[in-house]
Amino acid sequence: MRLVILEDYDQASEWAAKYICNRIIQFKPSQGRYFTLGLPTGSTPLGCYKKLIEYHKNGDLSFKYVKTFNMDEYVGLPRNHPESYHSYMWNNFFKHIDIDPNNAHILDGNAPDLQAECDAFEKKIEEAGGIDLFVGGIGPDGHIAFNEPGSSLSSRTRLKTLAMDTILANAKYFDGDLSKVPTMALTVGVGTVMDAREVMILITGAHKAFALYKAIEEGVNHMWTVSAFQQHPRTIFVCDEDATLELRVKTVKYFKGLMHVHNKLVDPLYSMKEN
Amino acid sequence: MPSNKSVSDAPIAQFTNCRILRDRRLQREDLWVREGKILNPEKLFFDEKGSADIQLDCKGSIIAPGFIDVQINGGFGVDFSMATDDFKSGIDLVSQKILSHGVTSFCPTLVTSPPSVYHQVLPQISVRNGGAHGAGILGAHLEGPFISKEKKGAHPEHCIRTFEAGAFQDLLATYGSLDCVRIVTLAPEIKRSSEVIRELTKRGICVSLGHSVANLSQAEEAVQHGATFITHLFNAMLPFHHRDPGIVGLLTSDKIPAGRRVFYGMISDGIHTNPAALRIAHRAHPTGKAIPVLGPAVGLAAKLPRRVCLPSSGLVLVTDAIAGMGLAPGRHTLGQQVVEIDGLNTYIAGTKTLSGSVATMDACVRHFLEATGCSVETALEAASLHPAQLLGIEHKKGTLDYDSDADFLMLNDSLYVQATYIAGEEVWRQDVLGM
Repeated sequence: MRLVILEDYDQASEWAAKYICNRIIQFKPSQGRYFTLGLPTGSTPLGCYKKLIEYHKNGDLSFKYVKTFNMDEYVGLPRNHPESYHSYMWNNFFKHIDIDPNNAHILDGNAPDLQAECDAFEKKIEEAGGIDLFVGGIGPDGHIAFNEPGSSLSSRTRLKTLAMDTILANAKYFDGDLSKVPTMALTVGVGTVMDAREVMILITGAHKAFALYKAIEEGVNHMWTVSAFQQHPRTIFVCDEDATLELRVKTVKYFKGLMHVHNKLVDPLYSMKEN
Repeated sequence: MPSNKSVSDAPIAQFTNCRILRDRRLQREDLWVREGKILNPEKLFFDEKGSADIQLDCKGSIIAPGFIDVQINGGFGVDFSMATDDFKSGIDLVSQKILSHGVTSFCPTLVTSPPSVYHQVLPQISVRNGGAHGAGILGAHLEGPFISKEKKGAHPEHCIRTFEAGAFQDLLATYGSLDCVRIVTLAPEIKRSSEVIRELTKRGICVSLGHSVANLSQAEEAVQHGATFITHLFNAMLPFHHRDPGIVGLLTSDKIPAGRRVFYGMISDGIHTNPAALRIAHRAHPTGKAIPVLGPAVGLAAKLPRRVCLPSSGLVLVTDAIAGMGLAPGRHTLGQQVVEIDGLNTYIAGTKTLSGSVATMDACVRHFLEATGCSVETALEAASLHPAQLLGIEHKKGTLDYDSDADFLMLNDSLYVQATYIAGEEVWRQDVLGM
């Protein structure tokens, strides 16, 4: 694993955005050769999305030949509800970039047959040639997407009931009213994300520190599903100082010492203008 | 990028790099238009997998809903209260010219006139959509003749009437037809006005109080019977008095029926109303939330009305423009009268009685903004959202909400109109070299 530690939220967001930008450009996407990106929601990736939008608006990055697959979506929330993940992705990303709407895939939480919807999503990923880079976050309970504690580490896209920790964490988006928070969601499985050729997990803030510790310094455990990525050949954890608060000093020092290696991945920052 | 739309093949325009007035505030958002209506881009993206065909860079402009003028007596030499042979071309001329003032819909207004004028003129006014030919016509505003002689202003006294035996029948006979009438201004103290107000309201016609010496309770009664507008607040009515505020008291009356809002027109040309009076009206009736009285009516609360409200603003900017608007200073007609224009002032020739204005709508918006220190959003809404709400057409005019008519303006930060659009088509643009 690579553990990339930046000083604060803004720097972590920028590093992650630069990495994604470079990966896309180096891939040289074109007609019939799309770069497939897995995408998260929540407050953590907002800064990263903002930077990606900035690169796009500067003309350095185009999403014309990028296909995206979001991790999850609430069940039963109307698609145009301000807290649905469709609304999130539209407002925070899609409306600012040049992605083809046919290439932006998000699970439909209002589908008549939810499992069929999940199976179709897996098929779409397969037809797109698999995911080149899956970007994700981590919940305070160590979950990846909505793979709550106890989820099989080989799981695929399916319907999940949300854990209380997750509902509590999401209440802030629903006027603090627990009764308004959806209790079920469709989510990619741990196995689905493990199939990606590369995985990048964004973790910022002290409230995520314990989950990060459990994910990388303890064993692989279905109670902390992000720990599954210890067995993935190409995973990068991008975090800020606060997220490292529960790690061993030794771990932090080792990876900080590697920053000059890590930074070669984002510097130079490529631009599509050169092409 | 080619669009792939399942609902319609019509081209989609995306106006970018702008600030649009939506949900009561200016936001950095793009405006999407298709088939003459404001389009929901999120729905387009997810449901239709569609995207824009044309992208237009608005260079940081403000985009606001087109202005709606519900009181305009004419302009550019055309007088709506004069039955001429070329009346139709006159109204066409005005509707085309006011596009440059940001007006996309209007109510041609007739001042107190003899029945013959109504009978000749009204059939020539038809409700029609706007376009490159000019602003849309929402219907006529008949200001008079059922008004008070004491508050006639510039209206000709000999044409002023009361309701004869038939009351509403008398009104019908006077006007000839109500087919294209949208607003009627009358004085509620006239006998039998209540039943007339009820009849007009039943027919979907907006009743406005003006040119009147009504006291507050007469005004409140009129509102209870259906009146929803006050014609040019402060002008041609009794001044505010602390023991009887008159029509002006409707601003803060607690006898307005629940769920109803009284709108009030103001000519903010800098002449008709002192800026301090503009501010008093604006502050007494500001944009605010209604405060319903909650809980059981116990004790003292049982004696109070159940709704103590700060109603949200009903301020409607109007021009009350006359034929001389847009023309050089000098003498012009206004119905049966001759008026004299001197700068921004217009008087009945030879007197100091104000008679209409020569202000343009965008100038009124700018003056209102400056005089009251209100927000840009409030000033813009007073000329768009509120007149639309007054006429009950806010679901398609007066806003930039999805699915409403794409009548909008591009304005610079000082609220000068740079371009006017009706049904998504550009119908006027500021000449870069000229003024």
